[in-house]
Amino acid sequence: MSRRHQNFRNYHQEKRLTQRRLFAAAIFVVLLVVILMARLFYLQVIEHELYQTKANDNRVMLITDPPPRGLIFDRNGLVLADNRPIHSLTVIPERVENLSKLKDILSDIIDITDSEWEDFDSRLKEYRRPYQSLTLKSQLSDKEWAKVAVDLYKLDGIQVEAQLTRYYPFGEAFAHAIGYVGRITPNDLERVDRLAYQGALFIGKTGIEGFYEKELFGEAGLSKVEVNARGRIMSELESQSPVPGEDLHLYLDARLQQYAYDLLGDYTGSVVAIDPATGGILALVSKPAFDPNLFVRGISVDDYSVLRQSKKLPLFNRALRGGYPPASTIKPFMALAGLEYGFASWTERYFAKGYYQINPDGRRYRDWKRTGHGWIDLERSIIESVDTYYYQLSHKMGITPIHNFLSRFGFGKSNLLDLNGSSVGLLPSNEWKKAKYKEPWYPGDSVNVGIGQGFMVATPVQIASATAALASKGHYYNPRMANMVGSQPATFEGDKGGVHDIILNDQRNWDRMTNAMKKVITDSKGTARRLQGTDYEIAGKTGTGQVFSLQEDEEYDSDKLDKRLHDHALFIGFAPAKNPKISVFAIFENGGSSSKPADLSKQLFDAYLYDNYPAKYDYLKGRQ
Amino acid sequence: MTESFYRRALVFTNARLWKLVHIDILLVGSILLLIGGGLFVLYSASGQNEAMVERQVFRLIIGGIICLALAQLPPKYMRRASPALFVFIAGLLVCVLLFGVGAKGAQRWLSLPGGLRFQPSEIMKIVMPMMIAWYFSDKQLPPSFKQIVSVLGLIILPVLLIAKQPDLGTSILVAVSGIFVLFLAGLGWRYILGAAAFAPIAGYTLWQVMHDYQRQRVLTFLNPESDPLGSGWNIIQSKTAIGSGGLYGKGWMEGTQAQLDFLPESHTDFIIAVLAEEFGMLGCGLLILAYLLIIARGLYIAANAEDNYARLLAGSLTLTFFVYMFVNIGMVSGILPVVGVPLPLVSYGGTSIITIMATFGILMSIQTHKRAR
Repeated sequence: MSRRHQNFRNYHQEKRLTQRRLFAAAIFVVLLVVILMARLFYLQVIEHELYQTKANDNRVMLITDPPPRGLIFDRNGLVLADNRPIHSLTVIPERVENLSKLKDILSDIIDITDSEWEDFDSRLKEYRRPYQSLTLKSQLSDKEWAKVAVDLYKLDGIQVEAQLTRYYPFGEAFAHAIGYVGRITPNDLERVDRLAYQGALFIGKTGIEGFYEKELFGEAGLSKVEVNARGRIMSELESQSPVPGEDLHLYLDARLQQYAYDLLGDYTGSVVAIDPATGGILALVSKPAFDPNLFVRGISVDDYSVLRQSKKLPLFNRALRGGYPPASTIKPFMALAGLEYGFASWTERYFAKGYYQINPDGRRYRDWKRTGHGWIDLERSIIESVDTYYYQLSHKMGITPIHNFLSRFGFGKSNLLDLNGSSVGLLPSNEWKKAKYKEPWYPGDSVNVGIGQGFMVATPVQIASATAALASKGHYYNPRMANMVGSQPATFEGDKGGVHDIILNDQRNWDRMTNAMKKVITDSKGTARRLQGTDYEIAGKTGTGQVFSLQEDEEYDSDKLDKRLHDHALFIGFAPAKNPKISVFAIFENGGSSSKPADLSKQLFDAYLYDNYPAKYDYLKGRQ
Repeated sequence: MTESFYRRALVFTNARLWKLVHIDILLVGSILLLIGGGLFVLYSASGQNEAMVERQVFRLIIGGIICLALAQLPPKYMRRASPALFVFIAGLLVCVLLFGVGAKGAQRWLSLPGGLRFQPSEIMKIVMPMMIAWYFSDKQLPPSFKQIVSVLGLIILPVLLIAKQPDLGTSILVAVSGIFVLFLAGLGWRYILGAAAFAPIAGYTLWQVMHDYQRQRVLTFLNPESDPLGSGWNIIQSKTAIGSGGLYGKGWMEGTQAQLDFLPESHTDFIIAVLAEEFGMLGCGLLILAYLLIIARGLYIAANAEDNYARLLAGSLTLTFFVYMFVNIGMVSGILPVVGVPLPLVSYGGTSIITIMATFGILMSIQTHKRAR
């Protein structure tokens, strides 16, 4: 059939057929073009802003320039926390031709430990900005630096970068006061502006470094840069220079601090010295300590476990957190409480036996002197540290007046202004015992508190600031470390401010108590009579805190006891008694007799008052 | 004096004069418009790489020479050569599978002595419609069922060979160029509707024979955000480039997506995104207008061609050219999967410039060899 048709082909009709099809195709073409244009309209007009934002997010990157950290100075302008330039070997992984070969190439030039490689590899896997350098080995020695520098030209992506690191020139004596900076952890980043810390190597962790982090850090420089798809910076759009951190000027006296630390010898313990006129902390010692420089670039696991496992707890800040019975050092405060509420007077006489009993047949609360002190008055109770006098006084008073009076001296409170983590100690009360033990307060509990034992616990900083308040006749300061931040008086968010006056019913009692405490040294029976022979007057009070409870009739025999069960030896004092320049609290843990802290305090007074330090401390003199 | 100026101008646009040298001035004019704009965009897209632009110009000149040469060849010789050419190129496609060279898991080129390489599948884009048009040249239209089946057989064989390389983009374009001939020959609407109904099944079959990377492209097309840094990157970045261009664009060489290398393949398949970013919707509209001018002229030539062979061939070549453009812009703007089709005459490199210019040579030959009536 088709063959027959061929004979009668209508070429014109066939042409019309194809032309109709071409027309249909043209319509189709127009339709599809309309779809394309609609699509472009959708992307370029309707969604324009979305894609504009996306394009800007692609190309604009914020990078931060860490500011130099503020320095920390002692009262004489000595730098206690310094910034030091170090040279580190850094790698820009994007520029290294063959990262896996890097190890072989570098090992010919420089020693890089396995742990440094591990560290590097793990940070390589974390998110980072492309073309940001990663530290491979920090603190190159001059020799290593020279070696790398010579061969650097053939190492693409490898460079030596100068960075500022934190350095604590005087090491462990200052560790608990100044604190340290350390590597930034994810936890740290939760509480700071992530962006600002992007290029920072470390962050303040403890002590002054931790507390004044904001001031010391300054403001990070911020630049907006344009980057290409591989993260390489093409141009700078905007930039804001970093603002260096503020310098901190502390009340701390570096020589006093170091001297006190050394005077503790092999004992564990704490010394806190305060300027009674300002509440400024002159020394804040906790021994043993550690080298804060270990923490700056991240402490190694080995070093850390040594510190963690040491039985002497070098990481524990005793000055802030050590809970000790104040022992007999509480007696001046207890006596003032008795006078304040009319339970004691300077003239009333008391017969001190070798023990005190609440009931005639009851438990015997023993005096440190078995034979007793005979007829004494209040002043003599301080001089000879008569336990039975305070047993009866606190028994008469009961806990509530004791609690109220002592809390005016900062006991039971976190009073330290500018260091974090201080403990509140324990100033017991009726309510406290009910809540804690579900038991009422017994008279016997008061008796123990009377000599600073029993439930009562205080920190060295608390006892020291209470002592400073005695020295300044009731001018109580919350103690603080920093004097100036930059050129401004140190203050911070939530600063409770410094001072309140403790007004006694009879203000003469301050002088009378100072007199009594002077006689602790000058009296022939004074418990600190070994401190006699100074050209200035010292007011002080000794204490020995029980670590180990004796049975009623048992004799304390230091030779038989394990050293760790020896009594704590305490001393509070200030000098010169009339116009005190310095007040001190010192504790030797398990020091046995209070002669050790008393001697230490005297040596500190001598040195501080007369600028009479052993010559070996000249390097800590500063620029006075 | 003015009269003589106009006369001379008339002489310049005189169709008879151009016909003598077998040039269709309207077609050439539209092509030059497109090429000029394309080079302008390429300069920016290549990162101001003058050497690259020079190479492109060189390629266009070669294409132009081939175009003019083919324009001199009367269509009847083309018709006579069609079956032999078809068999020859199909044979080369077999050779590609046997001895071909390639990259990225695809084997598309034949090596020639002297370090030259060429891609027979590209030539098939022209030879396929020639073959089908030849087939219909002595038959009465519309085609019978038997003829349709034979034509489909002719189409399917080279398409499979190309798809096997694998080169999905080219095989689709080759198939489309053959099917266009069938359509223009008057393929019954019921067949067309039937095929449309059959499409889902065909789609499923296609999915089954696709390579993993081809499937990946389809999946990425359906949801580019599923893998923003991997296979979805291209399409996300090209949409961002287009969208951020807005109505008027960011200015020549000011496109951040293109200049900062966020846009991949910015000088080849994705060059339209550079245009869209730097010249906005306005620039895209002008580009598409240039294409439409070429296509309109091509369809006009087809409609007025002398015989069935010329008509079918010219129509199919023009429509295939349109499909090229549509698929490219469609994939870059995210309404079609990324199949690797360059933007004709604008994208850098590729054998496609030569074949497309050859296409225009054939169209001019058809237009200029008509016997005067």
